[in-house]
Amino acid sequence: MKVILVGRGKIVYYLARQFSKKRIEALIVTPDAAEAEALARRLSVPVLAGDGTDPKVLQEAGAYRADAVLALLANDEDNLAVCQIAGRMYQVPRTIALVNDPENEEIFQRLDVSVAISATRILSTLLGEHAGFEEVAKIVSLAEGNVSVSEFILRDSAPAAGKTVKAVELPDEALIGGIVRNGKVLIPKGGTKLLAGDRLVVIATRESLDDALRSLAGDLET
Amino acid sequence: MNRRNTDNSQDVVIVGCGRLGAMLASRLSRSGNRVVVIDKDGTAFALIDAGFSGFQVTGDAVEQDVLREAGLEKADCLLATTEKDTLNLMVAQVAKIIFEVPKVLARVYDPKREGLYLKHGIEIISPTSLTGEKFLHLILDEQVPS
Repeated sequence: MKVILVGRGKIVYYLARQFSKKRIEALIVTPDAAEAEALARRLSVPVLAGDGTDPKVLQEAGAYRADAVLALLANDEDNLAVCQIAGRMYQVPRTIALVNDPENEEIFQRLDVSVAISATRILSTLLGEHAGFEEVAKIVSLAEGNVSVSEFILRDSAPAAGKTVKAVELPDEALIGGIVRNGKVLIPKGGTKLLAGDRLVVIATRESLDDALRSLAGDLET
Repeated sequence: MNRRNTDNSQDVVIVGCGRLGAMLASRLSRSGNRVVVIDKDGTAFALIDAGFSGFQVTGDAVEQDVLREAGLEKADCLLATTEKDTLNLMVAQVAKIIFEVPKVLARVYDPKREGLYLKHGIEIISPTSLTGEKFLHLILDEQVPS
Protein backbone atom coordinates (compact mmCIF):
# COMPACT_ATOMS: atom_id res chain seq x y z
CA MET A 1 0.00 0.00 0.00
CA LYS A 2 1.29 3.41 -0.95
CA VAL A 3 0.04 6.64 0.62
CA ILE A 4 0.88 10.23 -0.34
CA LEU A 5 0.66 12.84 2.41
CA VAL A 6 0.29 16.44 1.30
CA GLY A 7 0.74 19.01 4.03
CA ARG A 8 3.09 20.52 6.53
CA GLY A 9 3.82 20.64 10.23
CA LYS A 10 3.52 18.05 12.94
CA ILE A 11 0.48 16.25 11.59
CA VAL A 12 2.45 15.18 8.51
CA TYR A 13 5.45 14.15 10.59
CA TYR A 14 3.50 12.01 13.04
CA LEU A 15 1.33 10.41 10.38
CA ALA A 16 4.36 9.48 8.28
CA ARG A 17 5.99 7.98 11.35
CA GLN A 18 2.86 5.95 12.16
CA PHE A 19 2.66 4.69 8.60
CA SER A 20 6.25 3.58 8.47
CA LYS A 21 5.75 1.67 11.74
CA LYS A 22 2.83 -0.10 10.11
CA ARG A 23 4.96 -0.82 7.02
CA ILE A 24 2.79 1.39 4.86
CA GLU A 25 4.79 3.01 2.09
CA ALA A 26 4.40 6.76 2.57
CA LEU A 27 5.64 9.79 0.65
CA ILE A 28 5.36 13.39 1.83
CA VAL A 29 4.72 16.38 -0.41
CA THR A 30 5.33 19.64 1.45
CA PRO A 31 5.44 23.18 0.03
CA ASP A 32 8.42 24.52 1.94
CA ALA A 33 11.90 23.37 0.84
CA ALA A 34 13.50 23.86 4.26
CA GLU A 35 10.74 21.88 5.96
CA ALA A 36 11.09 19.14 3.36
CA GLU A 37 14.76 18.85 4.18
CA ALA A 38 14.11 18.73 7.93
CA LEU A 39 11.44 16.05 7.50
CA ALA A 40 13.69 13.97 5.27
CA ARG A 41 16.40 14.06 7.95
CA ARG A 42 14.06 12.94 10.72
CA LEU A 43 12.08 10.30 8.85
CA SER A 44 12.99 7.36 6.68
CA VAL A 45 10.28 8.40 4.24
CA PRO A 46 10.80 10.10 0.87
CA VAL A 47 9.92 13.80 0.94
CA LEU A 48 9.20 15.95 -2.08
CA ALA A 49 9.27 19.76 -1.86
CA GLY A 50 6.51 21.18 -4.01
CA ASP A 51 2.95 22.42 -4.37
CA GLY A 52 0.65 19.42 -3.98
CA THR A 53 -2.13 21.27 -5.80
CA ASP A 54 0.00 21.19 -8.96
CA PRO A 55 -0.80 18.14 -11.14
CA LYS A 56 2.86 17.86 -12.17
CA VAL A 57 4.03 17.61 -8.56
CA LEU A 58 1.53 14.86 -7.77
CA GLN A 59 2.66 13.01 -10.86
CA GLU A 60 6.25 13.28 -9.70
CA ALA A 61 5.13 11.93 -6.31
CA GLY A 62 3.89 8.81 -8.09
CA ALA A 63 0.18 9.51 -7.68
CA TYR A 64 -0.72 7.14 -10.52
CA ARG A 65 0.33 4.17 -8.40
CA ALA A 66 -0.84 5.45 -5.00
CA ASP A 67 -3.62 3.72 -3.09
CA ALA A 68 -4.54 6.80 -1.08
CA VAL A 69 -3.83 10.51 -0.92
CA LEU A 70 -4.25 12.48 2.30
CA ALA A 71 -4.69 16.25 1.89
CA LEU A 72 -3.73 17.96 5.15
CA LEU A 73 -3.06 21.55 4.07
CA ALA A 74 -4.39 24.56 5.96
CA ASN A 75 -6.89 25.75 3.34
CA ASP A 76 -10.01 23.88 2.29
CA GLU A 77 -9.66 24.93 -1.35
CA ASP A 78 -6.15 23.46 -1.54
CA ASN A 79 -7.19 20.15 -0.01
CA LEU A 80 -10.08 19.91 -2.45
CA ALA A 81 -7.73 20.56 -5.38
CA VAL A 82 -5.27 17.89 -4.18
CA CYS A 83 -8.01 15.28 -3.88
CA GLN A 84 -9.68 16.12 -7.18
CA ILE A 85 -6.42 16.05 -9.11
CA ALA A 86 -5.41 12.77 -7.45
CA GLY A 87 -8.79 11.15 -8.05
CA ARG A 88 -9.59 12.45 -11.51
CA MET A 89 -6.18 12.68 -13.18
CA TYR A 90 -4.38 9.78 -11.51
CA GLN A 91 -7.32 7.55 -10.49
CA VAL A 92 -6.20 7.33 -6.86
CA PRO A 93 -8.90 5.12 -5.29
CA ARG A 94 -9.05 6.80 -1.87
CA THR A 95 -8.73 10.53 -1.32
CA ILE A 96 -8.97 11.88 2.20
CA ALA A 97 -9.14 15.58 3.06
CA LEU A 98 -9.13 17.69 6.18
CA VAL A 99 -11.71 20.45 6.09
CA ASN A 100 -11.89 23.51 8.30
CA ASP A 101 -15.42 24.69 7.67
CA PRO A 102 -17.63 21.76 8.78
CA GLU A 103 -20.16 22.76 6.14
CA ASN A 104 -17.62 21.82 3.50
CA GLU A 105 -17.65 18.14 4.53
CA GLU A 106 -20.71 17.48 2.44
CA ILE A 107 -19.50 19.55 -0.49
CA PHE A 108 -16.23 17.65 -0.61
CA GLN A 109 -18.03 14.34 -0.73
CA ARG A 110 -20.23 15.59 -3.55
CA LEU A 111 -17.10 16.68 -5.38
CA ASP A 112 -15.53 13.20 -5.46
CA VAL A 113 -13.45 13.31 -2.26
CA SER A 114 -13.73 9.84 -0.65
CA VAL A 115 -13.57 11.04 2.96
CA ALA A 116 -13.73 14.57 4.35
CA ILE A 117 -12.83 15.01 8.00
CA SER A 118 -13.59 18.11 10.00
CA ALA A 119 -11.74 18.41 13.29
CA THR A 120 -13.99 21.35 14.05
CA ARG A 121 -17.06 19.17 13.80
CA ILE A 122 -15.61 16.33 15.85
CA LEU A 123 -14.58 18.65 18.68
CA SER A 124 -17.77 20.69 18.69
CA THR A 125 -19.85 17.50 18.75
CA LEU A 126 -17.90 16.19 21.71
CA LEU A 127 -18.34 19.38 23.68
CA GLY A 128 -21.81 20.23 22.44
CA GLU A 129 -23.30 16.98 23.71
CA HIS A 130 -22.38 17.89 27.27
CA ALA A 131 -22.23 21.65 27.30
CA GLY A 132 -21.08 22.85 30.66
CA PHE A 133 -19.48 19.60 31.76
CA GLU A 134 -16.04 20.58 30.62
CA GLU A 135 -14.32 18.26 33.03
CA VAL A 136 -15.83 15.22 31.41
CA ALA A 137 -12.61 13.84 30.11
CA LYS A 138 -13.36 10.94 27.90
CA ILE A 139 -16.41 9.87 26.05
CA VAL A 140 -16.90 6.57 24.32
CA SER A 141 -20.13 6.00 22.46
CA LEU A 142 -21.73 2.58 22.30
CA ALA A 143 -24.91 1.23 20.72
CA GLU A 144 -25.00 3.74 17.88
CA GLY A 145 -24.39 6.61 20.26
CA ASN A 146 -27.30 5.77 22.59
CA VAL A 147 -25.06 4.74 25.46
CA SER A 148 -21.92 6.55 26.50
CA VAL A 149 -19.07 5.98 28.88
CA SER A 150 -17.80 9.18 30.46
CA GLU A 151 -15.09 9.93 32.92
CA PHE A 152 -14.53 12.91 35.18
CA ILE A 153 -12.86 13.90 38.42
CA LEU A 154 -15.05 14.66 41.42
CA ARG A 155 -14.44 18.17 42.74
CA ASP A 156 -14.52 19.21 46.42
CA SER A 157 -17.68 21.17 45.73
CA ALA A 158 -19.46 18.35 43.87
CA PRO A 159 -22.77 17.27 45.46
CA ALA A 160 -21.71 13.61 45.43
CA ALA A 161 -18.38 14.17 47.21
CA GLY A 162 -18.53 12.54 50.64
CA LYS A 163 -21.74 10.64 49.88
CA THR A 164 -22.10 6.89 49.53
CA VAL A 165 -23.03 5.50 46.13
CA LYS A 166 -26.41 4.49 47.56
CA ALA A 167 -27.12 8.05 48.64
CA VAL A 168 -26.55 9.62 45.23
CA GLU A 169 -29.74 10.03 43.25
CA LEU A 170 -29.04 8.76 39.76
CA PRO A 171 -31.49 8.37 36.88
CA ASP A 172 -32.54 4.74 36.28
CA GLU A 173 -30.56 4.54 33.08
CA ALA A 174 -27.25 5.63 34.57
CA LEU A 175 -24.72 3.96 36.80
CA ILE A 176 -21.27 4.49 38.21
CA GLY A 177 -19.20 1.82 36.49
CA GLY A 178 -15.99 2.34 38.37
CA ILE A 179 -14.01 4.58 40.68
CA VAL A 180 -10.33 5.26 40.13
CA ARG A 181 -8.68 6.32 43.40
CA ASN A 182 -4.92 6.63 43.90
CA GLY A 183 -4.35 4.75 40.67
CA LYS A 184 -6.48 1.78 41.77
CA VAL A 185 -9.86 0.78 40.43
CA LEU A 186 -12.67 0.25 42.94
CA ILE A 187 -15.86 -1.52 42.01
CA PRO A 188 -18.58 0.71 43.45
CA LYS A 189 -21.00 -0.90 45.89
CA GLY A 190 -23.92 0.74 47.67
CA GLY A 191 -21.82 1.56 50.68
CA THR A 192 -18.76 2.87 48.83
CA LYS A 193 -18.08 6.46 49.74
CA LEU A 194 -17.27 8.88 46.91
CA LEU A 195 -14.39 11.22 47.69
CA ALA A 196 -13.24 14.46 46.17
CA GLY A 197 -10.47 13.67 43.70
CA ASP A 198 -12.01 10.33 42.69
CA ARG A 199 -12.13 9.67 38.99
CA LEU A 200 -15.61 8.36 38.21
CA VAL A 201 -16.58 6.32 35.20
CA VAL A 202 -20.24 6.80 34.38
CA ILE A 203 -22.25 4.66 31.98
CA ALA A 204 -25.51 6.20 30.88
CA THR A 205 -28.02 6.43 28.08
CA ARG A 206 -27.98 9.57 26.02
CA GLU A 207 -31.09 11.00 27.71
CA SER A 208 -29.97 10.45 31.27
CA LEU A 209 -26.31 11.44 31.04
CA ASP A 210 -26.79 15.13 31.75
CA ASP A 211 -28.98 14.42 34.78
CA ALA A 212 -26.51 11.86 36.08
CA LEU A 213 -23.60 14.27 35.72
CA ARG A 214 -25.59 16.98 37.45
CA SER A 215 -26.34 14.81 40.51
CA LEU A 216 -22.74 13.68 40.74
CA ALA A 217 -20.77 16.75 39.78
CA GLY A 218 -23.28 19.55 40.13
CA ASP A 219 -23.50 22.47 37.82
CA LEU A 220 -20.03 22.90 36.44
CA GLU A 221 -20.86 26.00 34.53
CA THR A 222 -20.33 28.30 37.49
CA MET B 1 -36.51 39.21 -10.78
CA ASN B 2 -33.75 36.78 -9.96
CA ARG B 3 -33.04 34.20 -12.61
CA ARG B 4 -36.34 34.93 -14.32
CA ASN B 5 -36.04 38.63 -14.99
CA THR B 6 -37.30 39.94 -18.27
CA ASP B 7 -34.93 42.89 -18.60
CA ASN B 8 -31.30 42.34 -19.51
CA SER B 9 -29.87 43.09 -16.09
CA GLN B 10 -28.43 40.21 -14.10
CA ASP B 11 -27.58 39.34 -10.51
CA VAL B 12 -23.81 38.92 -10.53
CA VAL B 13 -21.58 37.76 -7.68
CA ILE B 14 -17.87 38.49 -8.06
CA VAL B 15 -15.36 36.71 -5.83
CA GLY B 16 -12.10 38.61 -5.39
CA CYS B 17 -11.72 42.36 -5.54
CA GLY B 18 -8.30 42.67 -7.13
CA ARG B 19 -7.67 44.57 -10.34
CA LEU B 20 -9.78 42.17 -12.40
CA GLY B 21 -12.63 41.79 -9.91
CA ALA B 22 -12.83 45.54 -9.29
CA MET B 23 -12.85 46.33 -13.00
CA LEU B 24 -15.61 43.81 -13.70
CA ALA B 25 -17.63 45.06 -10.73
CA SER B 26 -17.46 48.67 -11.91
CA ARG B 27 -18.28 47.89 -15.51
CA LEU B 28 -21.14 45.47 -14.76
CA SER B 29 -22.63 47.81 -12.19
CA ARG B 30 -22.51 50.79 -14.52
CA SER B 31 -24.25 48.83 -17.25
CA GLY B 32 -27.20 48.21 -14.94
CA ASN B 33 -26.52 44.82 -13.32
CA ARG B 34 -26.97 44.06 -9.64
CA VAL B 35 -23.47 43.27 -8.42
CA VAL B 36 -22.15 41.87 -5.13
CA VAL B 37 -18.37 41.70 -4.62
CA ILE B 38 -16.76 39.39 -2.04
CA ASP B 39 -13.23 39.80 -0.71
CA LYS B 40 -11.64 38.60 2.52
CA ASP B 41 -9.80 41.89 2.83
CA GLY B 42 -12.18 44.80 3.45
CA THR B 43 -9.68 47.38 2.20
CA ALA B 44 -9.68 45.77 -1.27
CA PHE B 45 -12.98 47.45 -2.13
CA ALA B 46 -11.11 50.75 -2.51
CA LEU B 47 -10.13 49.55 -5.99
CA ILE B 48 -13.72 49.81 -7.20
CA ASP B 49 -14.46 53.16 -8.83
CA ALA B 50 -17.10 55.65 -7.80
CA GLY B 51 -19.73 54.64 -10.34
CA PHE B 52 -20.31 51.31 -8.51
CA SER B 53 -23.75 50.95 -6.95
CA GLY B 54 -23.57 47.31 -5.83
CA PHE B 55 -22.83 45.62 -2.52
CA GLN B 56 -19.66 44.49 -0.80
CA VAL B 57 -19.27 41.45 1.44
CA THR B 58 -16.12 40.96 3.52
CA GLY B 59 -15.41 37.27 4.09
CA ASP B 60 -13.80 34.06 2.87
CA ALA B 61 -15.70 32.74 -0.14
CA VAL B 62 -14.72 29.19 0.81
CA GLU B 63 -17.43 29.42 3.49
CA GLN B 64 -20.94 28.75 2.26
CA ASP B 65 -22.32 31.29 4.73
CA VAL B 66 -20.38 34.04 3.02
CA LEU B 67 -21.68 32.98 -0.40
CA ARG B 68 -25.22 32.91 0.95
CA GLU B 69 -24.79 36.36 2.44
CA ALA B 70 -23.78 37.58 -1.01
CA GLY B 71 -27.06 36.23 -2.38
CA LEU B 72 -25.57 33.46 -4.49
CA GLU B 73 -28.81 31.47 -4.21
CA LYS B 74 -30.53 33.86 -6.58
CA ALA B 75 -27.56 34.91 -8.69
CA ASP B 76 -27.52 34.50 -12.46
CA CYS B 77 -23.78 34.53 -12.70
CA LEU B 78 -20.67 33.96 -10.59
CA LEU B 79 -17.24 35.25 -11.52
CA ALA B 80 -14.29 33.78 -9.56
CA THR B 81 -11.44 36.22 -10.04
CA THR B 82 -9.08 35.85 -7.07
CA GLU B 83 -5.35 35.39 -7.58
CA LYS B 84 -5.58 31.80 -6.38
CA ASP B 85 -6.50 29.02 -8.81
CA THR B 86 -7.58 26.50 -6.19
CA LEU B 87 -9.88 29.03 -4.51
CA ASN B 88 -11.48 30.06 -7.81
CA LEU B 89 -12.02 26.42 -8.73
CA MET B 90 -13.57 25.47 -5.40
CA VAL B 91 -15.91 28.48 -5.35
CA ALA B 92 -16.89 27.83 -8.96
CA GLN B 93 -17.77 24.20 -8.23
CA VAL B 94 -19.75 25.10 -5.13
CA ALA B 95 -21.61 27.78 -7.10
CA LYS B 96 -22.45 25.36 -9.90
CA ILE B 97 -23.28 22.25 -7.91
CA ILE B 98 -24.64 23.48 -4.58
CA PHE B 99 -26.12 26.86 -5.53
CA GLU B 100 -27.01 25.87 -9.12
CA VAL B 101 -25.87 29.17 -10.56
CA PRO B 102 -26.56 29.12 -14.32
CA LYS B 103 -23.37 30.80 -15.49
CA VAL B 104 -20.06 30.26 -13.70
CA LEU B 105 -16.73 31.63 -14.88
CA ALA B 106 -13.39 31.14 -13.17
CA ARG B 107 -9.98 32.60 -13.79
CA VAL B 108 -7.33 29.85 -13.70
CA TYR B 109 -3.69 30.73 -14.33
CA ASP B 110 -2.31 27.21 -14.65
CA PRO B 111 -3.50 25.67 -17.95
CA LYS B 112 -2.76 22.15 -16.58
CA ARG B 113 -5.74 22.43 -14.26
CA GLU B 114 -8.27 23.41 -16.92
CA GLY B 115 -9.37 20.01 -18.19
CA LEU B 116 -10.39 18.71 -14.78
CA TYR B 117 -13.37 20.98 -14.39
CA LEU B 118 -15.00 21.06 -17.80
CA LYS B 119 -17.46 18.30 -16.95
CA HIS B 120 -19.17 20.54 -14.38
CA GLY B 121 -20.04 23.18 -16.97
CA ILE B 122 -17.70 25.73 -15.45
CA GLU B 123 -16.12 28.07 -17.97
CA ILE B 124 -12.43 28.54 -17.38
CA ILE B 125 -10.60 31.65 -18.46
CA SER B 126 -6.85 31.20 -18.51
CA PRO B 127 -4.87 34.47 -18.64
CA THR B 128 -1.74 32.47 -19.44
CA SER B 129 -3.23 30.88 -22.54
CA LEU B 130 -4.94 34.10 -23.65
CA THR B 131 -1.81 36.20 -23.28
CA GLY B 132 0.35 33.56 -24.90
CA GLU B 133 -1.92 33.33 -27.90
CA LYS B 134 -2.00 37.09 -28.28
CA PHE B 135 1.80 37.24 -28.21
CA LEU B 136 2.12 34.43 -30.72
CA HIS B 137 -0.51 35.94 -32.94
CA LEU B 138 1.32 39.26 -33.08
CA ILE B 139 4.71 37.66 -33.61
CA LEU B 140 3.51 35.30 -36.31
CA ASP B 141 1.58 38.06 -38.05
CA GLU B 142 4.78 40.02 -38.33
CA GLN B 143 6.82 37.05 -39.44
CA VAL B 144 4.41 35.95 -42.11
CA PRO B 145 3.03 39.04 -43.85
CA SER B 146 -0.20 38.21 -45.53
